[in-house]
Amino acid sequence: MSGESTYVPKNAVAKWFESRLPVLGLAHSSFVVFPNPRNLNYWWTFGGILAFLLVSQIITGVVLAMHYTPESTLAFDSVERIMRDVNFGWLMRYWHANGASMFFIGLYVHILRGMYYGSYKAPREVLWLLGFIIYLLSMATAFMGYVLPWGQMSFWGATVITSLFSAIPVVGDAITTWLWGGYSVDNATLNRFFALHYLLPFMIVGVVGLHIWALHVPGSNNPIGIEPKSAKDTLPFHPYFTVKDGFALTLFLIFYAWFVFYIPNYLGHADNYIEANPLVTPPHIVPEWYYLPFYAILRSVPSKLGGFLAMFGAVLIVAVLPWLDSSKVKSAVYRPLFRIFFWIFVVDAVLLGYIGSQPPEGGAVIAGRLLTAYYFIHFLVILPLLSRFEPTRPLPASISDAVLGDSAKAEPALASH
Amino acid sequence: MAATTTLEEPTRRDFLYIATAAVGIVGAGAAVWPLISQMSPDASTLAAGSVEVDISGIAVGQILTVKWRGKPIFVSHRTPEEIAAVRAVPMNELKDPATDQSRVEKPEWLVVIGICTHLGCVPLGNEGPYHGFFCPCHGSVYDPSGRIRQGPAPANLVVPPYKFVSDAKISIG
Ligand code: HEM
Ligand code: FES
Repeated sequence: MSGESTYVPKNAVAKWFESRLPVLGLAHSSFVVFPNPRNLNYWWTFGGILAFLLVSQIITGVVLAMHYTPESTLAFDSVERIMRDVNFGWLMRYWHANGASMFFIGLYVHILRGMYYGSYKAPREVLWLLGFIIYLLSMATAFMGYVLPWGQMSFWGATVITSLFSAIPVVGDAITTWLWGGYSVDNATLNRFFALHYLLPFMIVGVVGLHIWALHVPGSNNPIGIEPKSAKDTLPFHPYFTVKDGFALTLFLIFYAWFVFYIPNYLGHADNYIEANPLVTPPHIVPEWYYLPFYAILRSVPSKLGGFLAMFGAVLIVAVLPWLDSSKVKSAVYRPLFRIFFWIFVVDAVLLGYIGSQPPEGGAVIAGRLLTAYYFIHFLVILPLLSRFEPTRPLPASISDAVLGDSAKAEPALASH
Repeated sequence: MAATTTLEEPTRRDFLYIATAAVGIVGAGAAVWPLISQMSPDASTLAAGSVEVDISGIAVGQILTVKWRGKPIFVSHRTPEEIAAVRAVPMNELKDPATDQSRVEKPEWLVVIGICTHLGCVPLGNEGPYHGFFCPCHGSVYDPSGRIRQGPAPANLVVPPYKFVSDAKISIG
């Protein structure tokens, strides 16, 4: 499906360059003439939004690093200086801090889009795995970034999450001490987290490159989940999808700007404006919203090692989705039962997030356990059974048949989508 | 083409190949170890030895928090009732069985690292059902001997190495 390189350099300089490094041709075939299924909907615009946000995080991050001091006695003050004294420092910091949340909104929409339309299935398993690696790296990056302002939540979040490794039998404590570079989260920890927080986004850029490469081998999946069969099923990337992606990006950025300018601390925690104090734990510590479902799973298991395994298991299980769901029909549009269970799963995950934000008492504990059990049941029982026994609806003959309505075989139910 | 398959040439190349691989593996190992080891606590952290604490001012029932190796240490001046209560507990009721006697130097003084053995929060003193310690993070409950009684923590609060320098002073570390 990769676009044939029809690029013809228009001037002498381009021609000279192209014959030495054919990168213009690569860009042309990947982002100008690249054939996309003509029926892509707005859920397909989040890939572009994520790419934009990644660049935006790197730019604001490098700017913040010019004013930030990764030293435990100075870090908190340096962030306050960024907020009060540095020209537009407040903007850079709010842009970066809220950008992390926007990045995770984008990631979750993008991942759920893939789950709903079966984008993880053959021939896109490697593409899915690369996306999963991006997700892991992003979680590590955001976790370490949140430690940098060295507030109470920074410190205690770092303590609780790194202490998770002490649950590993025998070597756990040694690993934790090694991660800390001391006997508690301290200056050595802050320093290395800063170095890694700077490094990891560039590694994400590298994996994004592979992700796009793996995407451009089979091309994009689409809402009806059947592969393009003829030129009639596709449209060139430019102008059709550049404008669609650009429009969606603009709307998304307005949403983002609303957070930055009107409610910049809405997704944060007031406790993080208190400098880290290793002798006092805040009464209610919670991680950033994007980790809450996994935090709820951690707390639902009444054993230290068990909680550790359940939490990492809940993240890792997403990677093996292509092998848990073997249904040949990709899109939920043609899988009536899968579609219902998909939405139940989404509700389960959102409720887990809510439970993760609440103190672990009474009803919240029991609800957390039930929701945790269902989370795993969805992946390990429901999906494998559905892919064997679910009666699926007949697929249209082709994308153009389904969306252009120029054939008696057009799928009428699609009108509702 | 076919003329290149003689016995002598591959032998010489094999030797170089194996020698290169052997030196390469040793070299990689020698480079990786320092790269991993540099992340462990450095000499100054290891040397951050002991602290002396004056305990004469701690009233009965009071808990003093001091800092040692970046961690809070609780020095608790226990009441006679607390001592009697923790010593009366049968071992089979404990998740991490240990007698109170094995955890203190002198009955009225409990010295423990104030870090919850679950995920590292600092528990609150004189709190919880046993009036020992309560961890607000995920609800672990310890008794006045610092032993885990309820909640997700797997082990008792750790007793640091310490000794009485005099009746009024302890040295931790
Ligand atoms: C995927 C990309 C990135 C994500 C998700 C991310 C996330 C975060 C988060 C959540 C914070 C804490 C914000 C706060 O509450 O104050 C933070 C802080 C910070 N980040 Fe990043 N970051 C990314 C890339 C970068 C890059 C490339 C740099 C370059 C050096 C950087 C430098 C910093 C600095 C210096 C801070 C501390 C200042 C502050 O707290 O505002 N970040 N980051
Ligand atoms: S850290 Fe104390 S209960 Fe989890």
